[in-house]
Amino acid sequence: MQERIAAVRAQAIAAVRAAQSLDELEQVRIRFTGKKGELTQLLRGMGQVPPEERPAVGRLVNEARDEVEAALAARQQELTALALEARLKAEAVDVTLPGWAPVLGRRHPLTQVLDEIKRVFVGLGFQVVEGPEIETDWYNFEALNIPPDHPARDLQDTFFITEDILLRTQTSPVQIRVMQAQQPPVRVIAPGKVFRVDADVTHSPMFHQVEGLYVDEGVTFGELKGTLSIMARELFGKRPVRFRPSYFPFTEPSAEMDIQCIICNGAGCRVCKHEGWLEILGSGMVHPQVLRNVGYDPEKVSGFAFGMGVERIAMLAYGIDDIRLFFENDIRFLRQF
Amino acid sequence: MRVSYRWLMDYVDIPWPVEELADRLTMAGVLVEGLEPLAPRELASLVVGRVESIERHPAADSLFVCGVDVGGGVRTVVTGATNLRVGDRVPVALPGSVLPGGRRIEAAEFRGVLSEGMLCSEKELQVGDDADGIWVLPADAKLGAPLLEALGLDDTVLHLEIYPNRPDCLSVIGVAREVAALTGGRLRLPSLHVDEEQEAAEAAAVEVAAPDLCPRYTARVMRRLAVAPSPAWLQQRLRVAGMRPINNVVDITNFVMWEWGQPLHAFDYDQLAGGRIVVRRARPGERLVTLDGVERELDSDMLVIADAERAVGVAGVMGGGNSEVTGATTSVLLESANFQAASVRRTARRLGMRTEASHRFEKGLDPNAAAAASLRAAQLMQELAGARVLRGLVDVYPQPVAPHTVVCRPERLRRLLGADISDDQIAAYLQSLELSVAREGERFVVTVPTFRQDIQQEADLAEEVARLYGYDRVPESWPGGTAQVGGQAAPLPLLDRVRDVLVAQGLLECITYSFVHPATADKLRWSADDPRRLAIPLRNPLSEDYAVMRTSLIGGLLETAARNRSRGVRSVHLFEVGAVYQPKSLPLTELPEERRRVGILMMGPLPRKQWGSHAGETTFFHLKGAVETLLAGLGVEGAFAPSSDPSLHPGRQATVIVDGEAAGILGEVHPAVADGYDLGETRVYVAELELSVLEKAQPGIPRYRQLPRFPAVERDIALLVPKAVPAERVAACIREAAGALLEELVLFDVYEGPQVAAGHRSLAYAMTLRAADRTLTDAEANAVVAAVEEALAQELDVRLRR
Ligand SMILES: [Zn+2]
Repeated sequence: MQERIAAVRAQAIAAVRAAQSLDELEQVRIRFTGKKGELTQLLRGMGQVPPEERPAVGRLVNEARDEVEAALAARQQELTALALEARLKAEAVDVTLPGWAPVLGRRHPLTQVLDEIKRVFVGLGFQVVEGPEIETDWYNFEALNIPPDHPARDLQDTFFITEDILLRTQTSPVQIRVMQAQQPPVRVIAPGKVFRVDADVTHSPMFHQVEGLYVDEGVTFGELKGTLSIMARELFGKRPVRFRPSYFPFTEPSAEMDIQCIICNGAGCRVCKHEGWLEILGSGMVHPQVLRNVGYDPEKVSGFAFGMGVERIAMLAYGIDDIRLFFENDIRFLRQF
Repeated sequence: MRVSYRWLMDYVDIPWPVEELADRLTMAGVLVEGLEPLAPRELASLVVGRVESIERHPAADSLFVCGVDVGGGVRTVVTGATNLRVGDRVPVALPGSVLPGGRRIEAAEFRGVLSEGMLCSEKELQVGDDADGIWVLPADAKLGAPLLEALGLDDTVLHLEIYPNRPDCLSVIGVAREVAALTGGRLRLPSLHVDEEQEAAEAAAVEVAAPDLCPRYTARVMRRLAVAPSPAWLQQRLRVAGMRPINNVVDITNFVMWEWGQPLHAFDYDQLAGGRIVVRRARPGERLVTLDGVERELDSDMLVIADAERAVGVAGVMGGGNSEVTGATTSVLLESANFQAASVRRTARRLGMRTEASHRFEKGLDPNAAAAASLRAAQLMQELAGARVLRGLVDVYPQPVAPHTVVCRPERLRRLLGADISDDQIAAYLQSLELSVAREGERFVVTVPTFRQDIQQEADLAEEVARLYGYDRVPESWPGGTAQVGGQAAPLPLLDRVRDVLVAQGLLECITYSFVHPATADKLRWSADDPRRLAIPLRNPLSEDYAVMRTSLIGGLLETAARNRSRGVRSVHLFEVGAVYQPKSLPLTELPEERRRVGILMMGPLPRKQWGSHAGETTFFHLKGAVETLLAGLGVEGAFAPSSDPSLHPGRQATVIVDGEAAGILGEVHPAVADGYDLGETRVYVAELELSVLEKAQPGIPRYRQLPRFPAVERDIALLVPKAVPAERVAACIREAAGALLEELVLFDVYEGPQVAAGHRSLAYAMTLRAADRTLTDAEANAVVAAVEEALAQELDVRLRR
């Protein structure tokens, strides 16, 4: 009997070791430790063993069974690990294939530049407002100190609808509308479309401006410089700016702000016409007559205003050399920003 | 405005090189746009020579051997030119000198004769176009001197941009005055003196019949002058100014205009009928051939200079050919006048002429400059043309302009600028500009010369002080006023969200022109009474393509799609956020309503080309999905109902309804419309929504609802639906029958085909059923499905597929 037990045990251990898959291992388990398995049968056959030997034989059978079950468990763990390894190996993908994702669209490059300008001024406490694109002569010109036959009207060839109604040539009329609607302090920027009779590589009959206005008690030219310098630093990084005298009918004193050329860093190039400077915006202290036109008292309040062309800034920022590209809306252009 | 460095130095000492002068002028408000050497710098290496002898080359018929004195001795130079004579002064490039363009001159042998240099043509030196012969220099050019200096060509032209408020700077003297203010030096005006004849200039009668348009008219008469070419120095100055020399008389008027900023005109006195000048409005239908040879039709708003019979010039713009100074002229009437700015501006615009004279007059000139300029011109005509100048100036100047005063408070000026500039400094800056300052307590009473009409109030003086002090020296500061929080006014935040949601769906934002072709209405098949036909026309459009203001975004989107298609781009998925302009009536009597819209266009392959998936072409439901997602992104609920827009496919379009209000349309573009845009072979989908409607429907802050505590039961049902029954009705019927237990209903399949009975389609829905207070039993769920089944069968003749 002992020999049989030893033989079955040895067979079982060998079979466990030989099992190459979980299925085979299961067959081995059924053959040896299942309900009708060989080790189970050995216990059932205890009847033929003399009673005095039964405890010893029983112990031997149980020992063999424990041993086989332990081997089964160990082998099962091994085979499970191997099977997982094999599955993972089989499931490998080419990770260099492109991912599946919806294509993102893009904001128009002009919108993106405007977003950036708005971000800066909102951070400085400005409200972003809008005004009508179709305006009256009074708002677009007269209230801004540009009476009929003023030579400044030549600079802004106007699209007219009637004698008195026109497409605004600048966003400056929004200044007037804002000041008419509220008392100081006023701190607004007004982005929007403007229109002039002009079309070539650098001029579009429709383009975008951002107007700014700051009116309060005791506002100074030094504050104009401070505010616009911060804006320039935010938009163009730390590079020198300069303010030089200019002329606008609705500001006095008037100033244009230049930044050091972003292409050549001041050395002189084609873009800056070898000046080393790029004109970025026009500005000035709000003309006393303009303040009077909206019912403000220029003895009590003062302010500054500024205006800049969005296309120009976008062209400089992105290196675009033809303004018409903005309005042709070629998909391959719009995708680049 | 062109001035040159040396010309300025005639009137003011300049301690700075030209580059520094340019910088300082720019920073003081006289913008220098560029510097241009009057002649190529290389000419410095050439010298003036004199031809001493000319002989034929012994071995070459086409060459000459010249002896040229270059100041230190005679050199032998070989040339092919035939225009030389002994005694001519010529430019000589000696060995070692370099021509413009970089060519280096060396001694060289020509058929056995050693040439010790080269004689040059104008073209070779890039000072003119003449390439035929050697450039023969003026006889007074200093022998042996460097060419640039000898000819006064070592000069630089400054290109100035003069702002419209500073017509005084449209003159060399005006610019020199600015320079003097910057250097602190003194302005030297030319001394004016004429030897006059006994005969009085009153020989010429001047009548100003339109004094409102002509504040001042002066005339001077000169006799027995000789019209001839101008001397070299005068021609040189005109070249600096960018003007072509014509003859001494005309050149003098141009020179004085440049020098003083006062336009002058010389009439041939003998051509003036009656020896009279009448300044009057043009007669209806009156015509005049101007100096440029063009016949002009005048109208009665235009001011003309006439003689006793006819117009001889358009006032302030251009003279007439009938009184032009020619080689035969011996007597001249010199006009130096002042014309009303607005009148000259209107006349010049209407005639389509911009002349140096009109350019100045339309900015408003100082009437007091007229007499000095006239005297200056007379002096030069005496000197250069031998003119006998009749005594006196005929001067019609009924209301002389006197200097005016402006009060300035230095303290206020400091506060406005935010710069600490002392009273004395302020006074000094103003005085340097020839303004006089009288102190009255805390105030300055400033007397402004008549050539500075732009200075009218304290703020103008503030600018004068600030620009001379230096804008760069004003310290930067940060506004200290009332603190405010920045933000965007409505509807800007909504526009930003619209952009965000559409960009996330793969759409590209475009910006198209706000004006469109008037035929857009026809191309989009709008009916005759469609309010969108009420498009505002421009009076002066750039072209017919941009002649009316848009009333819809769809035209611009279709044009954009067509442009892309024509360039070979097939997949176009765009949106635009912008205004359309809807007038109440035309012609416009009040500002129109500007309505904010969003337009969407989709066509061609979906913008996700990827391996392993089936991207396919854009369909109606992609567009509808984009609109639904947009509404969802704005938190707005929309319904869709069949519609009948003539631009769209009659069976593939819908009205978008938000809160019971029409919010826009969407659909496939009608094939006839697509054809009109050359998009016939493509299916194009467009939508246009009114943003004000979406804005009104925006929800407030969301209210939290408790998360479900009991599990849901899922039931899928497949339905056999007659084709005529729209899906929306089926869904409504299910919701109604299922009642409160139905949490979500999703249509997950639509099928038509052989397995489905004819005239029907199969719709498959997933129902999620849940009770808030208990776990639903199978029996309860089955009862809901049974109720749905019964309702569908009774109301819509829809049966469950099993
Ligand atoms: Zn540059």
